Amino acid sequence: MAANQQHAEYAIETSNLNLWYGDFQALLNVCTKIKAGIITGLIGPSGCGKTTLLRCFNRMNERFENVRVEGSVEILGSNIYDPEVSVVELRKRVGMVFQRPNPLPLSIYDNVAFGLKVHSPWRSLYKDDIDAAVEKALEEVFLLDSVKDQLHRKGTDLQLEQQQKLCIARLLPLKPELLLMDEPCSALDAAGTEAVEDLLLSLRGRYTIVIVTHNMAQARRISDECIYMLNGKLIEHGETSDIFLNPKDKRTEEYIEGRYG
Amino acid sequence: MKNHGNTKNLFAATELINKKLRAQRIVKWIFGLMSVAILIPLVGLTTCLIIRAWPSLTWDFLTDVPKQGMRSGGIWSALVGTMYTVTFSLLVAVPVGVMAGIYLNEYARDNWFTRIVNLAVVNLAGVPSIVHALFGLGAFVVFAGLGKSILSASLTLAIMTLPVIIVSTKEALLAVPLTFRMACWNLGASRWQTIRTIVLPNSIGGILTGIILQVCRAAGETAPIMFTGAVFYKAVQRGDLFPYKPTEQFMALSYHLHTISTQVPGVPESMLYATAVVLLGFVLAFNTIAIVLRTRIRNRKKW
Repeated sequence: MAANQQHAEYAIETSNLNLWYGDFQALLNVCTKIKAGIITGLIGPSGCGKTTLLRCFNRMNERFENVRVEGSVEILGSNIYDPEVSVVELRKRVGMVFQRPNPLPLSIYDNVAFGLKVHSPWRSLYKDDIDAAVEKALEEVFLLDSVKDQLHRKGTDLQLEQQQKLCIARLLPLKPELLLMDEPCSALDAAGTEAVEDLLLSLRGRYTIVIVTHNMAQARRISDECIYMLNGKLIEHGETSDIFLNPKDKRTEEYIEGRYG
Repeated sequence: MKNHGNTKNLFAATELINKKLRAQRIVKWIFGLMSVAILIPLVGLTTCLIIRAWPSLTWDFLTDVPKQGMRSGGIWSALVGTMYTVTFSLLVAVPVGVMAGIYLNEYARDNWFTRIVNLAVVNLAGVPSIVHALFGLGAFVVFAGLGKSILSASLTLAIMTLPVIIVSTKEALLAVPLTFRMACWNLGASRWQTIRTIVLPNSIGGILTGIILQVCRAAGETAPIMFTGAVFYKAVQRGDLFPYKPTEQFMALSYHLHTISTQVPGVPESMLYATAVVLLGFVLAFNTIAIVLRTRIRNRKKW
């Protein structure tokens, strides 16, 4: 994990983070520190604010009307809610993968090259560089072998699992440091889920990964640390094994045991 | 338990059910008849028109200019005039309408200002064409000093077609799934990059369809051009593609049909019908293009 040692120990630090959708407060005083280079799972029942919290990390919430945020989120040491922050630059460093694979209606090649193209001045890219970046990204997500000869097929024509891998691959040419995953396997079958989980484990270390999941078993399988949320509050944050085996909070314990949610 | 000759099957239809089925059959027939009924006027109208127009429907009729006080010759001057006004009005309405539609759908937040703009667009779409005509007369002919001319008429038509172009642009953009935009924003694409690379290429079919349907409307409406520049007669060379200057008055198909059917005595009947057929053909041709375009784009999409 040499690449990560140049950064601080924590990739994300939130303090007193509050968020309202109109009059509804979705996040209440969330204070947490997420370690760099590991996989952190966000768990909790539906509507507890885990997706909202995830979206705060690349300011995706701002695309919705009526959202108000207070408090601070520091990513790699910089407050991303500072006025001087450009969301374009932020999202380049902090990529997001969605619940439903959403490849763009372009070729596989163009899907992966898209990020590079939007971040480079007109005609400043050489085709060889793009080719290399596309190949490297597809290789990193274990997709290269299956699509090598069909890079000009539409990304939307792939199987769901491959689509989701493509969605991860298209973030990589931008050299992000954080990958945010919003239930990336919930649209996939068991084999697809396993493939994507294997992929996440292989990316662990090179990227800081935060994953929202409804699937307790998945959180247990792939995350190093877990954050348990309930009703917009952060209840417990600790090593995954502690959360699952020795939860400190009664509510965490009951949720893990399946008493509610 | 077995069924004997005189005992009924447990699930046999009862009188009530038979009654329901009868009602359902009758309703189905009535509705079906109504759908066929809408074909009657269309087919009847077109056949009737074409039969009566037949003697005059020649190539010469299209390319020749009216002669002997409209009683013989062709409709070239009117045909060209209509093409002029339609083209000029599109040159104005398409950029304005499409850009406004993009702004309203992609950029505008939901606040009082956008709500007013949207309300204005919807209301403008419902304004009768004769009112547009009067507005055009006041605004372009008199106030802007353009006089009765192709320019005034085209601008009036542009104002008339603008709201529908805006609305159809908005709807075409709305049909592009939000997830595509989310994907782009997430990669750090700006709104404009997202619109240019993803949203527009995937909505261009819908936008074009809306525009083409407005071509039909601009070609067919009589009122807006009647007050703003269309004239009874204008001397034009046969087959001349550039007979009018933008500041001149002009002849137009719809207005020509109006004048020869109501103002000129002794026009051969077949000429009246032939003019109507050409106007109808113009509109139907554009409608067909719109439908073909829409179907092809719809078949190509996969999401």
